[in-house]
Amino acid sequence: MAEVIGLREAVAELVRDGDTVAMEGFTHLIPVAAGQEIIRQRRTGLTLARMTPDIIYDQLIGAGCAGKLIFSWGGNPGVGSLHRFRDAVQHSWPVPLEIEEHSHAGMANRYVAGASGLPFAVLRGYTGTDLAGHTGTIKPITCPFTGERLTAVPALNPDVAIVHAQRADRAGNVQLWGITGVQKEAVLAAHRALVTVEEVVPELPPRPGAIVLPAWAVTAVAEVPFGARPSYAQDYYDRDNEAYQAWDAISRDRAEFGRWLREELGAEV
Amino acid sequence: MSTPDSADYTTDEMMSVAAARALRDGSSCFVGIGLPSTAANLARRLHAPNLTLVYESGCLGAKPSRLPLSIGDGELAETADAVVSVPEVFNYWLQPGRIDVGFLGAAQLDRFGNINTTVIGEYADPKVRLPGAGGAPEIAASCREVFVVLRQSARAFVEEVDFVTSFGHGHGKGDRRRLGLPGAGPTLVITDLGVLRPDPETAELTLTELHPGVEPDQVRAATGWPLRVAGDLAVTPAPTEQELRVLRELKKVSA
Repeated sequence: MAEVIGLREAVAELVRDGDTVAMEGFTHLIPVAAGQEIIRQRRTGLTLARMTPDIIYDQLIGAGCAGKLIFSWGGNPGVGSLHRFRDAVQHSWPVPLEIEEHSHAGMANRYVAGASGLPFAVLRGYTGTDLAGHTGTIKPITCPFTGERLTAVPALNPDVAIVHAQRADRAGNVQLWGITGVQKEAVLAAHRALVTVEEVVPELPPRPGAIVLPAWAVTAVAEVPFGARPSYAQDYYDRDNEAYQAWDAISRDRAEFGRWLREELGAEV
Repeated sequence: MSTPDSADYTTDEMMSVAAARALRDGSSCFVGIGLPSTAANLARRLHAPNLTLVYESGCLGAKPSRLPLSIGDGELAETADAVVSVPEVFNYWLQPGRIDVGFLGAAQLDRFGNINTTVIGEYADPKVRLPGAGGAPEIAASCREVFVVLRQSARAFVEEVDFVTSFGHGHGKGDRRRLGLPGAGPTLVITDLGVLRPDPETAELTLTELHPGVEPDQVRAATGWPLRVAGDLAVTPAPTEQELRVLRELKKVSA
């Protein structure tokens, strides 16, 4: 059964140096507060997996927490580049960042295989692109029934998955709705899972279409109101588009980013 | 509000309007963010009210009242016919070929319509690291056809892309079929200067339409390969007053 505990305690227990960590949320319900707690606790050598690294991974990369990134689209959605990510890839600052690069379809299917307990997934993707030549986890495979050449990608089974959701009950059952991305797959693929929620309620009233992650599929639940800001939580608060635009200026310059890190998170690069 | 003068418009507005006109009513379109999303939402307000917009965040049939800043904005989910998971949108809706048009942007595009959104320079030691693939490789592979919209410059329109993020026509006609790619690939490229289409014999992108007031030499100068110009070069009709008014309203509420 899931433990309902505080965010600091949850990150201290569940996230270890060198872990493969998947923090998911497709524009919606991004576990930003949990990511910032990882920075405060100064984890290092993490392999970060996420389809769209977004500004939370820009912050983790800029703070030097990551040694590797597994991803499919690394930008500031609707704004432009992720400058800390670019600085790490182009100039190894503050530490070199190894990358393992996929397409969205490839990443989504890696989580599906992980959640399914299978060694790989198969898709009709990547054909003709240069991605296969640079990413060791993209391989051709022949269909045993039709002979069609397809692509195999290995299961992604993170040490820990972290997602944000609207609510949980005291036993740790979780409801999430709206754009649900690959959150369910990431949780079920991971060895340990932390779900931060907007609120813990005594009982979960039924809500049609709200995916329920049963308490026994989750390691810990932490109540973190506004834990997805500046992304959003459907029916709780809207996306703060201005914060995404403001991040462009903060992240563009190493010194400015350092100042932000000190003032906002009390951390150093 | 004053009536827009249809003689007074920007090259970007011409591009958005030309891109919107390319989308047929009743079809489905897998929409990338930025220029493609602007064009698709404009088309839905003009001649294509029954255009189904599909966003990779899992929003099928989104009907936003303003342009979303990102493909996962809440309004896309609130106005969609259905919201599905990301594995589902790629595996069940895109991969089997259910979507008519994939509408993409690009950082680099080459003479055979191959798209780069990954790196400028060497992959291991890039001059510029770009966002990467996202959903584009499979959109370019599996949609029935692909439209590309981007501003034309010799830096963006290159002889050969530095990295093939999304496959167009490879090195020429027949390459897609040889690789077993199901869709027709890029059939239309809309820029701020004109319209390019693959040559039916060679699949090389050829200038087939000029926007009003643009000379062929201007387009040649903004193209990084010796651009071929179609014999029956057409001129794009200028934006109508209605097209401009609706586009400007859309931009205004989205600002």
